[in-house]
Amino acid sequence: MAQDTTFTEEQAAPERAVEHDVDDPRRAKRFLFLRNGKALTGLGILLFFGILAVVGPWIAPYDPNQVSADLLQPPSWSHWLGTDHTGRDILSQIVVGTRGVLVVGLIAGVSATVLGVIVGVTAGFIGGMGDETLSALSNVFLVIPQLPLIIIIAGQLPTAGGVTVALVIGITGWAWGARVMRAQTLSLRKRDFVEAARANGERTWRLVLAEVLPNLTAIIAAGFVGTVTFAVMSQVTLAFIGITPVSDWNWGTILFWAQNNLALQRGAWWWFVPAGLCIALLGMALTLVNFGIDEFVNPRLRSTGMNARLLRRRRIRPRIGFTPVLRTPPDGRPDVGTTARTTRKERS
Amino acid sequence: MTASTLDVPAPSGAVGEPVLEIENLSVDYGYTDDATHVLRDVSLTLHRGEVLGLAGESGCGKSTLAYAATRLLPPPGLITSGSVHFTGRDGQRTDVLRQSDAELRASRWQDTAIVFQGAMNSLNPVYRIGRQIADGILAHRPGMRRKEAWDQAASLLEMVGINADRLRDFPHQLSGGMRQRVMIAMALALDPQVLIMDEPTTALDVVMQRQIVEEIADLRERLGFSVVFITHDVSLLIEIADRIAIMYAGDIVEDAGAQDVYRRPRHPYSAALLHSFPPLRGERRELTGIPGSPPDMQKMPPGCPFAPRCAHATDVCRQVRPVLGPTALADRGGREAERSVACHLHDADLEGIDGTLPTDLAR
Repeated sequence: MAQDTTFTEEQAAPERAVEHDVDDPRRAKRFLFLRNGKALTGLGILLFFGILAVVGPWIAPYDPNQVSADLLQPPSWSHWLGTDHTGRDILSQIVVGTRGVLVVGLIAGVSATVLGVIVGVTAGFIGGMGDETLSALSNVFLVIPQLPLIIIIAGQLPTAGGVTVALVIGITGWAWGARVMRAQTLSLRKRDFVEAARANGERTWRLVLAEVLPNLTAIIAAGFVGTVTFAVMSQVTLAFIGITPVSDWNWGTILFWAQNNLALQRGAWWWFVPAGLCIALLGMALTLVNFGIDEFVNPRLRSTGMNARLLRRRRIRPRIGFTPVLRTPPDGRPDVGTTARTTRKERS
Repeated sequence: MTASTLDVPAPSGAVGEPVLEIENLSVDYGYTDDATHVLRDVSLTLHRGEVLGLAGESGCGKSTLAYAATRLLPPPGLITSGSVHFTGRDGQRTDVLRQSDAELRASRWQDTAIVFQGAMNSLNPVYRIGRQIADGILAHRPGMRRKEAWDQAASLLEMVGINADRLRDFPHQLSGGMRQRVMIAMALALDPQVLIMDEPTTALDVVMQRQIVEEIADLRERLGFSVVFITHDVSLLIEIADRIAIMYAGDIVEDAGAQDVYRRPRHPYSAALLHSFPPLRGERRELTGIPGSPPDMQKMPPGCPFAPRCAHATDVCRQVRPVLGPTALADRGGREAERSVACHLHDADLEGIDGTLPTDLAR
């Protein structure tokens, strides 16, 4: 899958450089992934939140902890998203809180994915006792109820900052990924190209890194995105129920204060709606990226996924077993002319 | 398999009216402007009761042509123009490219059946082969009882030379050749009029190849269907086919009777292809092969696609793309008038072509 892309690109690159050095539409293929509408939208939202996470504390109009006399004000020019019950600026809380959400999501996602890949691929590849042991381990982690465990660990640690929470989420959340990796590795290690490499006397680590792992790219990427989503949700949940320190701003903390101070009953929608929307938006962005990865990594789906809009416009529906027949000329003019032409041809 | 039985004349089946007419079929791979144009205005006619061979190097569009004509090309295949007319036993003509999904599903297998490349792997390992044959029959004959379908499956197996008690076997209990025969039996289950065979014998040893080819020839005599036989094994084709179409880079370059192609090739590519395998009889000669490799379909040169590898190429070959037309010797009459070739050497009106063919193309 991933290998295919690099291969064709490397092959085509020198010719391209020689023959078409100016304005070659194929040059855009280098950024194939970015031509997918879904992936592009998702990445755009992620980029927005990413920038916000980096520069948030500097661009926030107020200190999120600064108490003022404007108690529970609806949105206004001085407070774009209103204030809470002690006069703190909600926009500042959201902007500053972005970093906490993203950092925890990324750390948890990376750690869970790395653990899952190591355990899963090892289990799938070595087989035998090692496989049994590692599978048993991931099965144990699978049946542990995650959220209560996170609550207990995070509650017991005296300095349960963002990184600790992230690591706890990572350590409890890798098992499902490991199981998927193991299953896929089991099927891959029996394929002919792996067997051939083994017969050639390649070392095990090369078999895993060069033959098996590239074929797992799609699953790893999708699993990573899924884990990040899960981590963000877990962290927001923890903050919302007050397990993590309420002075660490993230979107869950805002919801925690809103819930504890009866924001809904007091009609203070500006208190919880923006934070909720941010959570939903981030989740949507991650899901869109996931869809984009799906369409991108399958070489057969790729040209379909890349050109979804074009296909809709030209009314082509690619399916296996029913090859589409073009009824419109390639320049996209209405199909009346073509039909007429074909009919003439048939008559003559 | 080599041309060992060339002295046995190929079955010159009674050539009837057309059953499958492919006209100006164009196929792209890809949906954007930089799509690869794999087939450009290819026309080919299959007559009733005829075995038509499609030959050529790998990647020259043989399978693409057959799959496009049946609308089986997987994405990103796209048929951009042309028509494919199928004529039924009742004489009704339908354009396959305009059929709806339901019509297509109903006509497949019943009108046109396919034996795929490596078809023996298409059998589901967990079902008995009898059930797999009966399933297809029942899908197209809703009123039929299961028992009847199994009986028919049994007679189909007998027909392809497998004992009927193997019906209750699982695919892994059969050898590769037997599985291939099962697939052929399955393809014939609904008495199709066109049977497309995409390299049906490539994975088999020569003895099995011979048996299967004879089987097909025999069944064709008895059941009277037409066959499109795709292979790159030209010697095999010469034995089984009535007519051979040689393809090169997405074009049909020569279309003639099987023996004519073998003994008197008119296109330099056909001649070169025939010189690439050794005859069993005749004087020793050096095998030449064809220098170079087929052109990149994404960057097709103007003019004749074979020109860069052709020993007889002239300036006009490199500039103008030849189309399928009569040979320079068409006035000899007889079978010569029926064949066509896409080569400028046969067009004496062109500048730079003196009208006398090279000796190896004028036999």
